[in-house]
Amino acid sequence: MTTNASLTAHDSGLRRLLGRFPFLPALFILAVLLILNGIFEPNSLSFRSLTGLVRTYMALMLLAVAQTYVVYAADIDLSVGAIASLVNVTIIVLMQHMGGGGLSVLAALGVGVLVGLACGLVNGFVVAALRLQAIVATFATSIFFTGLALVILPVAGMPAPTVFWRTYGGSFFGIPFVFYAAATLAILLYLLARTRLATQLLAVGDGQQAAFQSGLPVTAIRIGGYALCGVFAALAAFCITGDTASGDPLVGAKMTLFSVAAVVLGGSALSGGFGTVAGSVIAALIIGLINSLVFFAGTPSHWQNFVQGLAILAALMVGVLVSRRGRA
Amino acid sequence: MNRLTGITANPLLIALVLIAALLFLGDALSPGFASGSQILRLLIVAALLGIVAAGQNLVILGGREGIDLSVGGVVSLSAIVAGNVMNGMDGGIPLAILACVATGALFGLFNGLGVTLLRIPPLVMTLGMLGVLQGLLVVIRQGIPSGRAAPALSEFVTRPFLFGLPGIIWLWIGVGLLMAFILHRTVFGQRVYAIGSNERAAFMAGVPVRRMRIALFMLSGVFAAIAGLCLLGYSGSSFANVGEQYMLPSIIAVVFGGTPLSGGKGGYTGTMAGAVLLVVLQSILTTINIDESGRQMVFGATLLVLMLFYGRGRGLRA
Repeated sequence: MTTNASLTAHDSGLRRLLGRFPFLPALFILAVLLILNGIFEPNSLSFRSLTGLVRTYMALMLLAVAQTYVVYAADIDLSVGAIASLVNVTIIVLMQHMGGGGLSVLAALGVGVLVGLACGLVNGFVVAALRLQAIVATFATSIFFTGLALVILPVAGMPAPTVFWRTYGGSFFGIPFVFYAAATLAILLYLLARTRLATQLLAVGDGQQAAFQSGLPVTAIRIGGYALCGVFAALAAFCITGDTASGDPLVGAKMTLFSVAAVVLGGSALSGGFGTVAGSVIAALIIGLINSLVFFAGTPSHWQNFVQGLAILAALMVGVLVSRRGRA
Repeated sequence: MNRLTGITANPLLIALVLIAALLFLGDALSPGFASGSQILRLLIVAALLGIVAAGQNLVILGGREGIDLSVGGVVSLSAIVAGNVMNGMDGGIPLAILACVATGALFGLFNGLGVTLLRIPPLVMTLGMLGVLQGLLVVIRQGIPSGRAAPALSEFVTRPFLFGLPGIIWLWIGVGLLMAFILHRTVFGQRVYAIGSNERAAFMAGVPVRRMRIALFMLSGVFAAIAGLCLLGYSGSSFANVGEQYMLPSIIAVVFGGTPLSGGKGGYTGTMAGAVLLVVLQSILTTINIDESGRQMVFGATLLVLMLFYGRGRGLRA
């Protein structure tokens, strides 16, 4: 890396700030997008619209968080979407079989978390213990998980119990459920960031050999990262289920690559050892806001995907370029 | 475990043995699986994957986490472009080839510029480009019909051409020879290995690292585009996102061919065997009488088992 000899004081201050808060560029992009959304469609900043945005993109936020823990350790998980699909159909079928009451929902959610955990452990085992290359190995497991999801529910369409999606889309004491969920997530992420595992994952990502030589159980830590990833993918599946109110064995497939994009956009390094989950959450919202902005800006419908693709690519570039300054 | 690594030192050999074993197994499960015409059909499918994997192989060999996730998008786009340019007429083929190569090279150039000038990690850059390409496909599909393959192109891909083999097999053999020549007999090839194993050292030795990397991504785009053209000939007309099925399999073919994702070593001969191995495996699963779901599970599990034979990471104690 080249170093610029003529760094101004302002520059090094910015660098320190970025090193401490790598998600600042993402936060800036988020603010710009919110303003742009407001200009094109003032209504899009209403409480109601923002609730809808969070409700729809909660799943991607959680998947991005899931991906982040794996990327901390310089690994990657291309099966998060497949895990989410598998958990989605598992809980739908369980809830149906158990009658769709409140208790059955809770039981199904418990099983769902366990399924996500199990998938994560499988990924961790093949990547960390068997030392297969993460990209291809998790692609292989994603095929396996998709197969499993197809066994459980061969075709999309089984509905979720009313109590489930009513809760997810509903309000308590005037505040929408998703905001409680978001607050819980924030607390959970804050607590997780303080755990030994989070620090150890970053240490492993920074240099596996060094981490090993300073006595860290590298293999166990990487498996732990994948396990955490699996659990968050399961939580994402709950949100997908709440949002779509039905089961679909392929629902998560297209979200995998978005989760990787969100991690990068949030300022984490794919090479590991550096990053924040907060950035990934913000980045998931950025992807959501880009989609809604493209819509509100009056883009002809068949041009929308293209403009979205360009905007996400541009945001990725900005994210990578700016966050690199914090580390160089 | 060390003795095992000794035996598995030659990925090409493993792939060939596995292919032979799978063919025997397939013939035992459903007689006629390993018949001449059936093998020919498998080779045509493998050729499509193999041509995409050629570009993927180059990008991966070049190291620095080189990978091209946009190949699937380029394959789809190229199939549409070709279909519209030739529109069912043989006379349009030369122009279609030109248009495809230009399309592939252009998107490869974008990828290469992003990776070198802006220093975006290849995974991120090509992932973003995949999104752009998928959007572009939607735009094109709304505006114009998807186009048809010219009869000569379909014949080239599906009908015997020379010694009973269709033109696409010869094309693939040609790609194989070309890749072997480029990688082992030219300065360019030496430089690919040089930047893949130690970029800094290569730079110090005067290798134009940036231009090399841009060239690799452009070649990847061109190979994907050629595969898209052939795919159009194979299926007659292009349909939505036909190329998506090549994205990750092209990477797996490279890995099964003995080129680790870290780059710098390996070659294309192994990748060709890897592509055949993948296609034979998929085809054997379709002949077994199980559900789609069971097939996917067996496929995923088998891929994992096969990966155990190839380029596992170094142990921390090693």
